[in-house]
Amino acid sequence: MSAHDTFIAQHSFIELTARERARALLDAGTFRELIGPFDRLESPWLAMQNVVCQSDDGVVIARGKLSGEAAVIAAIEPAFQGGSIGEVSGAKIAAALELAVREFEAGRKIRPVILFETGGVRLQEANLGLAVIAEIQAAIVALRRYVPVVGVIGGMVGCFGGMSLAAALCSRLVMTRQARLGMNGPEVIEQEAGVEELDSRDRRLIWSMIGGEQRTAVGLADALVEDDTNQVRDAVLSAFERGVPASHRTEQVDAQLERLARVDPSAIDPAVLRTLWQGDA
Amino acid sequence: MENLRYEYPATRPVPQRAHVGVVGSGDLEILLSPSESQHAEVVIRTSVDGYEHVWKSVLDRFFSRYDGAARLELNDFGATPGVVMLRLAEAVEASEGDAP
Amino acid sequence: MEASRGQIWFDALTSGKRSASNNEGPIRSADAPLGEMTARFITVVPDPHNRFPRATDNVVGLEQGWLLARAVRNAIDADRETSIKRPVVAIVDVKSQAYGRREELLGVHLACAAAVDAYASARLAGHPVIALIVGPAMSGAFLAHGYQANRIIALDADGISVHAMGKEAAARVTRRSVEGLDELGDRVLPMSYKMSAYAKLGLLHELIAGVDADAPEHEDIDRVQSSLIAAIDDARQGPRDLSSRLKSPDAKRIRAASIEVRKRMAEQWDAS
Repeated sequence: MSAHDTFIAQHSFIELTARERARALLDAGTFRELIGPFDRLESPWLAMQNVVCQSDDGVVIARGKLSGEAAVIAAIEPAFQGGSIGEVSGAKIAAALELAVREFEAGRKIRPVILFETGGVRLQEANLGLAVIAEIQAAIVALRRYVPVVGVIGGMVGCFGGMSLAAALCSRLVMTRQARLGMNGPEVIEQEAGVEELDSRDRRLIWSMIGGEQRTAVGLADALVEDDTNQVRDAVLSAFERGVPASHRTEQVDAQLERLARVDPSAIDPAVLRTLWQGDA
Repeated sequence: MENLRYEYPATRPVPQRAHVGVVGSGDLEILLSPSESQHAEVVIRTSVDGYEHVWKSVLDRFFSRYDGAARLELNDFGATPGVVMLRLAEAVEASEGDAP
Repeated sequence: MEASRGQIWFDALTSGKRSASNNEGPIRSADAPLGEMTARFITVVPDPHNRFPRATDNVVGLEQGWLLARAVRNAIDADRETSIKRPVVAIVDVKSQAYGRREELLGVHLACAAAVDAYASARLAGHPVIALIVGPAMSGAFLAHGYQANRIIALDADGISVHAMGKEAAARVTRRSVEGLDELGDRVLPMSYKMSAYAKLGLLHELIAGVDADAPEHEDIDRVQSSLIAAIDDARQGPRDLSSRLKSPDAKRIRAASIEVRKRMAEQWDAS
């Protein structure tokens, strides 16, 4: 295929809305949304703060099939409030994962996928956003015993805050080059620790530290893909085909402490980290 | 934040409900469903105050060509009239069954 | 250096009777008697000599996250063949996660997730996990250390707060004064920094008033131990997931939307 043909054939995943992403990943014709816009389950907290609601509160839950197998996708919409997690949007994700657990308890199967595109807790809902993220995390830990929980970080918002912990709990994590995964956004680091600690405007530095390519290279994500829907879908399907890993990253406490011990905090940067951590299982 | 409401005469039944857009900066979402009554009604929640006259003129223009007895719910985050017209057209297209 | 709240309560609840204890670095963990049983107590304390300069306070950073996970997993491993699992008490005094470029580069999000996983796994294995909030319980640090508990107990005293963002940072982001934030919190319950407001969200099992949080006397320690024992008993009788958080009268009022989402999704789950 020529470069021109490749360009034309490429279907950007990032440019799609959450709804379109979920539809594009599921087998054609199988998309069925749960608690969609016409259910009008909105945030109970935004109107009193003069913020306009979105009818689905910024999360799309869709059932369907992935390679013929039952699946459920939770897709966060980055355009609404930066994909931030509020009471309802978080509850939709938690409910879908909790129901997926019940499927396995009833002897059935389902493939869960989370499309992370979020800055973390929605500040206008603070403690309810934080609480529901704990519930999402609890459900991921329970669910991933039965089936891989597959996370995708597409960009451009990336995955930050409490939801970065949820992403780290996933069995497999797919990232594009444009995606970032970190606990605290660069602006927050700069605010809290000063610009000498981190210059949040240095985009090259940011991506070199927490972008998809770096995260995959040092073993903090599992698959690096281009911004192309077919590649994302292939990576998601491949993650399910590999099955539940023998152990999850978060369980490998001794190995991870050993990796951390190799690091000299006074002389560490993205390139040095690759030499220290690349090639670990 | 402002809440606005408009009514327009209309009797043609709406073929199917439709949803378009996102409540992102400079954008809006529209829920289009069959109206309960014999006219079209528009309910707007907008983050930008003081543009009632602009909304009225956009909707007047829209309803001069659309005659569906629809309930339109608009959740707006500062869309320009051009973007509003675009989204309205998308909603109608989806509702009339021209789009998947 | 003055002892932190976490250290004070760890000492108060495990004094003189510790076994299997770890007294170095940013984590304190020990098994100690609690009523008729033995419980594992775990807390985070300031660590001025931490290898990571941005993680020397009572924060959850890289080492804290993984060491918390290890302390919890040691308890899980120790009781693997036992039918009655020891309780795990997370003494919570964490002002935030560690903010730093090394932390981000080296995956502090994963370190915190490891602690989340360990506590959740302990709970799923049948250990009653109790969070005892004696200081700040903030944001990602609380997610890592305490928020996976079966039951959450808090002292009602100064310096104790649960929130997603520190007050100064939240004031900056919302472009308000700190007083303005307080006013906002009075109107919008989930944004409040007050424990009385947090208690109304239905997530707290008990708010213990009248206890000296800084210099607990015998009666104070007894009081807290009784609450812990009651919470443990209550936890043992309930499910191992977090569903009890939506069962209280407060939850039914304030988290009605959360309950409605679960209900409606279950209704729509299977195609009609």
